[in-house]
This record gives sequence, C-alpha cells and structure tokens, in this order.
Amino acid sequence: MNSKGHTRKKVIYPGIVIISLLKYLVLIAGCVMVLLPLLVIILGAFKDSKEFANTGVFELPVSFKFDNFKTAFFEGKVLLGLRNTALIIVISCFGTILTGTMTAFVIQRFDGYFTRAIKGAFLLATLLPNISMQVTVFQIVSKLGLYNTMAAPIILYVGTDIISIYIFMQFLSQIPVSLDESGIMDGASYPRIYFSIILPNLKPAIATVLIIKFVSIYNDFYTPQLYMQDEDLLVVSTVLYKYISSTSIKWEIVFAGIIICILPTLTIFLFLQKYIYSGLVSGAVKE
Amino acid sequence: MKTKLKKKGSFSEWLKTYEGQKLYVSILFLVIPLALLLLFTFVPAFNMIIYSFQKRDQFGVDPEFVGIDNYKTIFTNPDYFITFKNSLYYLCGSFIQQALALLLASILCSKLYAKGLFKGVLFFPYLMNGVAVSIIFLRFFTKGNPPLTGEGTLNSVLMSFGAEPVRWMDPAKPFLVNCCLVFVSVWRYIGFDIIMYIGAIQSISPDLYEASDLDGANPWQRFRYIVFPSIKPIISLQLILAVKGAISVFEIPYIITGGNYGSSTFVVKTIETAFKKKQVGLASAMAVVLLIIIIIVTLIQQFVFKDEKDDSDTKRVRRAKKRLEKRGKA
Repeated sequence: MNSKGHTRKKVIYPGIVIISLLKYLVLIAGCVMVLLPLLVIILGAFKDSKEFANTGVFELPVSFKFDNFKTAFFEGKVLLGLRNTALIIVISCFGTILTGTMTAFVIQRFDGYFTRAIKGAFLLATLLPNISMQVTVFQIVSKLGLYNTMAAPIILYVGTDIISIYIFMQFLSQIPVSLDESGIMDGASYPRIYFSIILPNLKPAIATVLIIKFVSIYNDFYTPQLYMQDEDLLVVSTVLYKYISSTSIKWEIVFAGIIICILPTLTIFLFLQKYIYSGLVSGAVKE
Repeated sequence: MKTKLKKKGSFSEWLKTYEGQKLYVSILFLVIPLALLLLFTFVPAFNMIIYSFQKRDQFGVDPEFVGIDNYKTIFTNPDYFITFKNSLYYLCGSFIQQALALLLASILCSKLYAKGLFKGVLFFPYLMNGVAVSIIFLRFFTKGNPPLTGEGTLNSVLMSFGAEPVRWMDPAKPFLVNCCLVFVSVWRYIGFDIIMYIGAIQSISPDLYEASDLDGANPWQRFRYIVFPSIKPIISLQLILAVKGAISVFEIPYIITGGNYGSSTFVVKTIETAFKKKQVGLASAMAVVLLIIIIIVTLIQQFVFKDEKDDSDTKRVRRAKKRLEKRGKA
C-alpha cells in the first residue's frame, strides 16, 4: 500500500514484505478466477467433436484447427448476428445522439417552467423498472405493428435512454453560455448555435455515450429476445442463445461462436481502455 | 408576444426573433424524444398499474376486474414468493462483491507492477455478452447433458487436487444452485465496482497520504482513517445500486437454469408469467411491486445522501461560515 514511494526514508514496519506479497497473491488469484473459465472455452473451441468428447477440459487440442470458427461463422449464423447487431447499433447510436443532444440542449439552455417539467419527467422515468415494464411495453409495440421488426429494439434503445441525456446535460453545463451569446451577437439562429457551437463542443460526451451505448446494445439479450423472434433478425446474443436452447448442441462450435462474439468487444476494449473506464463511471454516477 | 397572430406576416416575423426561435426550436427538438418517452415509458407505466388489478390475457380480450387478487397471489403463493428469497442471495452476494471490489481497488491503487494488466483482466468480464458469460459458466459448473461429456471446469480443478466432483446444479439443492448463480453474477460485475472504487480512491488528496506516511500509519490504519471516510458516499451509492441490482437479476438465471431448481428471480418470474403463461395482469402486478421497491430504495438513497452532507457540515456550522464570509466582505 505504498502509494508514495519513500525510498530514501525507508519506513519499515513489520510485515511490509508479506503485505506486498499478499497483494500480488490476491490479484493473481482474482485474475485466475477471471481467466480460468475463459481458458476452457478457448481450448474447447480448437478441438474437433471427437476430441472434445474424449479429452479433459484442460487438455490442449492436438492441433489448432479453425474449422469450428468457420462453421460457427457461416453455418451458425454468427455472421448474420453480427450484421444485424451492427445495423441496430449504428442506427440507435445515431438516433440517441441526435435526440439526446437536442433534448439536453433545450432543457439546459432554455430555462423555464416548461423545460423544468420535462426534466422532471425524464427524472421520473429513471425510477421505472425498465426490464419488467416490458410486459406492457410489449402490448404497445405489437399494437404499433413493430413486433418482429428491427425497428422495435431501435426505437426502444433510442426512446428510453435517459442516462445519455443526463451525460449530455452534465457536459452542456460546462460549456459556457457566453459561447451561445457570442453566436447570438453574430446573428446566428438557435438551430445554427446547436449545430455549429453545441454539437462540436459536445464531442467528448458523444464519445462517452457511444461507448456506453455500444457495450449495452451489443450485450443486450433481453430486448431482441423479446421483440425479434424471427430467424432472420437474430443478433449476437440471440444467436448464441438459440444455439444452446436447440436440442443438438455442438459445444465446440458454440465455444468458437462465443470467441467470435467476444472479439469485437475485446478489440474495442484494448484500444479504448481509458475512455471506457471513465465513460462507464460517469454514466453510472449520473444514474 | 402580444402582437402574435394579428397578421400572418407579423407571426412569421415574430418566429424569427429569439423568443420565437426558442418556441419552435423547443417544439422541433423535443417532439420526438417526448413522444418516445410518453409512448414507451409513461403510457406503459400507467397501463401496468391498471392491468395489475385485472385478470387479463396477452391480447387483452375481456379483461376482468379482480381487485387486489394479483397482489395476494404474489405474496402468498410460494411459487412467486420464493423469488424474493432468491433476491436475498444476490443481495448477500453483492455485499461480498462490494467488499472484494474495495479490497482489489485499494490494492490496485498502490504501487504495483503490471497495474494496467491486472485492472484490464478484472474489468473485462463486465463488457462481455451476458449470454456468452452464461454459456461459459454452464461449462464451468455442469458435467453436462449427453453432448457435453466429461467433467466441467470447476470439477476438473477440484479433481486435480484429489477432491470428489460435486454436482453443482443439483435440483435438490436450491441453495447450492443459487450460490453458484450468485458467483457468476459477482464474476461478471465486480470489475465495474473496482473501477468505481479506484476512481473514488484516486480522488483523495495525496497530501493526506503523505501526512499519514509521516505519522507512520500502516496500510490498515490508512484505509480505516483516510480512504474509508473519503469514499463513504460512493460506498453508500454502491450499496443502493446493489439492492436495485439484486431485485432485477435476469440474464444469468434465465439462461443457465431457465429459472428451474428454485433459482427463479423476480424478473425471470415476471417474464415467464407474462410471456409463457400469458397472465399479463399478474405480471403487471409483479412489475408494480418491483416499482414500489425501487421507489423505496431510491428514497432511502436520497435520505442517506442528505445525511452524508449534513455529517460533514452541520447547518449551524454552515450558517456560522456564511456569517464570517459576510463580515469578511464588509
């Protein structure tokens, strides 16, 4: 726990070595706990079905073959899932950012009874238990004829995203109003101010929201499972779920499918680690 | 604004003023978000309350008013009531999770080699697809159905230490099954808490550490007297989020056990009631109960946070400070 290194002064109290050993031990134990279940999946994905059935979970595959990955990708509809997921993510993110920034702009900049009431309405909505309210949301979605279309999850992802509105409002309050005023002095209209002053200045907030949105949509199982039962509309989560709920599961192919599905997240995580940490934390605190 | 609508021309001119712009920009920018908010949040919430007093099928044909019967069912039928008991497992689990996360976070804030690597590995499960996580743990716990032969991961580890394999998903032992599911939940979400706590601990002023170093405080004393008091607000926020999380667990039990073996949670049961048994009225009542619990928890949260602020600065102290400031200005 030596956060400030005092190499010159060397305060040695009993047990300092043991404590730093313990620190590493705890961390390594934690990492083993995280990696062990994953390791088995990775090993399994490289075995063929006979090998999979006859070898222990920790035994290395005879040779590293990519057949399972090919099968999962093409026959297992993982490709379809990835394509549908990508489409949903792109449209929903675009929609969320547009509606989110607009809402935040009006609420944050035009202070009045009206906007305060709307802010209250959005706040109230955070209380509602989203997940079990789908019982009645479902009725509305099916009445609108959106059941079994891609529009259903998209509209739900865009419409219920209150957290991103809060993140935008938080960032907006840090953009000085004098910027808007200087725009007004130059005769810019409010839409103009929004597009040429507010949006460019919100870039870090937009990045944060994009990351949070990507992670939550990519990993969401619930909404697509409920609203898109159609074979052609499977997304990453439901492809995997379909696989394990089918009667003849080929586990080695399922494992390969899992690895393919984790890869995009892993890649993004490795490149954007720092932003993901800060983005998720700022998302959570504003909840 | 008073001259509004006298002539067409003057109205369109008024729209060009900033007052007018405010109006049409507000309408233009808010119409879609508000429509979505109403349609997919408030209307369903309203319906939910109405439906909860009805006996109602999926299509809403001939709904029948039944008073509080649905609520009676939830609280008296053990089939439904057990879901509350199961929430307690997740609640206990999340307390353990908070303690572990706090421990790991304070270790990760100290001087370490490969800090980023440890942080990354521990955090990554949070970003993983819930279905993938569930399948991974199916392999981890179960020996498996016919296609999946051989022992699972956990039993393989146990056997390599010479222990007997255990049947983790034993239908006769709901306690064990639930503990396993809670473990998966901890595994998946702990990374997020670690990141939250790291953020909180790093916001503590380094001066405090230096002072404690000079006084020769040991790690435990430093945690007890410096770190803990500084991150108390985050801890109380986390605990409240834990309660909310514990009631709304869904994916892991739904996929791993399908809610069988006595492992059904509140949300799994709601969904099953609504979409498998088609009892929309009863499911709505369950959703209303969840809503009430969440409101209570949120109120507690507000209360706790207020207390936190008053703790550091009582009203009297604040008033005194203000008086001093005034005097200083004068």
